[in-house]
Amino acid sequence: MSYFRAENLSLHFGGLKAVDAVSFAVEKGEILSIIGPNGAGKSSIFNLISRIYPPTHGRIYFEDQDITQEPAYDIAKLGIARTFQNIELFENATVLANLLVGRHRHSTTQLWQELLFLPNVRAAEKMHRRRVEQVIEFLDLEPYREKLISGLPYGVRKVIELARALCTEPKLILLDEPSSGLNVEETEDMSFWIRDMKTELGMTVLMVEHDMTLVNRVSDRVIALNYGKVLAMGSPSEVQQHPDVVAAYLGA
Amino acid sequence: MLDFVQQLVSGIALGCVYGLIALGFVLIYKATEVVNFAQGDLMMLGGFFAFTFIGLMGLNYWIGFAGAVIAMALFGMLTERVIVRPILGYPQFSVIMVTIGLGYFLRSITGIIWGTDDFKIDTPFSQGVLRIGSLVLAHDKLSVIAATIILCALLYLFFNRTTLGTAMRASSENMLAAYYMGIPVKRVVSIVWAIAAAVATFAGVLLAPITFIHSNVGLVLGLKAFPAAVLGGFGSIPGAVVGGILIGVIESMAGFYLPQGWKDVAPYIVLLAVLLLKPEGIFGLHVRKKV
Repeated sequence: MSYFRAENLSLHFGGLKAVDAVSFAVEKGEILSIIGPNGAGKSSIFNLISRIYPPTHGRIYFEDQDITQEPAYDIAKLGIARTFQNIELFENATVLANLLVGRHRHSTTQLWQELLFLPNVRAAEKMHRRRVEQVIEFLDLEPYREKLISGLPYGVRKVIELARALCTEPKLILLDEPSSGLNVEETEDMSFWIRDMKTELGMTVLMVEHDMTLVNRVSDRVIALNYGKVLAMGSPSEVQQHPDVVAAYLGA
Repeated sequence: MLDFVQQLVSGIALGCVYGLIALGFVLIYKATEVVNFAQGDLMMLGGFFAFTFIGLMGLNYWIGFAGAVIAMALFGMLTERVIVRPILGYPQFSVIMVTIGLGYFLRSITGIIWGTDDFKIDTPFSQGVLRIGSLVLAHDKLSVIAATIILCALLYLFFNRTTLGTAMRASSENMLAAYYMGIPVKRVVSIVWAIAAAVATFAGVLLAPITFIHSNVGLVLGLKAFPAAVLGGFGSIPGAVVGGILIGVIESMAGFYLPQGWKDVAPYIVLLAVLLLKPEGIFGLHVRKKV
């Protein structure tokens, strides 16, 4: 059984088939990239997995559990985290506060204990703070701890969103265009971090990406989509040389 | 001087009631960007629940009070679930019309159930007075002020110390992100409505000895609480309370020192002045969520 599986996944908006009977599997500890031209259905697949949309057909399995009907807020509890193409942070809060919200799924203390600030609450706070600190160190965010998000440049926000996802300690992380809006240097950092998330943190990564250099550098396997359908699946070089993929990109 | 202090205290007490209603406006607005024009009527209904428990069923004041708060919290949740949630995502105008309609409905239905007379309940604060020298302060007014202070402290602790409170702040800032941190946003919004209705009930019950309970009490007070929320900067919780107290004090002072008629106009004059000079309100943030 595969670690994560999408079976016959479809998302139709009226007559438009944004995702059309897509099946794929992700193995544990793998970095799988989804590529394709604009409107190919890449982000829609992410939105199906993270339960923003209910699929028209098909099922989604994670660790042999059918998660197709799970509510969106339970996805984090299952150990799946995601980042967004357009960055969704808590703008009027500090970096630290944003990352601490990432610890929400691990909170175990009760309301009344928190109101009285009992020792177990204090201990839990310290533990969460330590975990957040590890992520800050991992992504080199030390200079930004107390800064407000609304005052930070785009490239940094992108990393903070990744950091917040890591704070949930996910088993599977969905990255929606991690390099969009980043310069060459920042993209390079991103590619190292994605490799490290696999090798050091033991995470499984599913990524939507346009930058083929980044895709080639980090991916174990690649899926190419067009018009909601899978065109090709395999190693990065196999997929890029596949005649259908070349045709889809060049419009030949 | 004595008159001044006397007017100040009753102004603050009245202002606390405005503040508590305004607090409900702000809580709901922050969580869902819905302006709930029925907030004053939730307060009125809370008063009627207390009247039913205490006046009609003869329960102890404190038990009846607690019962009314709990019943109204559930009613707030129900309102959110049945009336507001289905219409979220439609234009603001539709949502506002729904809450205005809810207000009409509540006023009529209380008239049908309880009648249109003025009711009163006997409370431990109805009679007594506190004398400091020659200053005489009625217990009913002091009880409103004390309750407001306690409620604000509790809400402050709740929002800043607890996981649920933090989850509420996170949801109001960015719903999508909150979902993917594992926060059940819809449940959180229900709880916000419960808190807003419960806070309004506190105001309704504490106000009972001062204005009596009748089906239009919420309409009048809601109309004053709305400028209170705007004055404080819609979206700021301390702002709502400060704005409420300001409106209450202005009204009370104008009623005492100025010719008849100024009492009801004065708060709006101040509101207009503040909006001209500082349009975001006293405590308002300029930052608005980008959509």
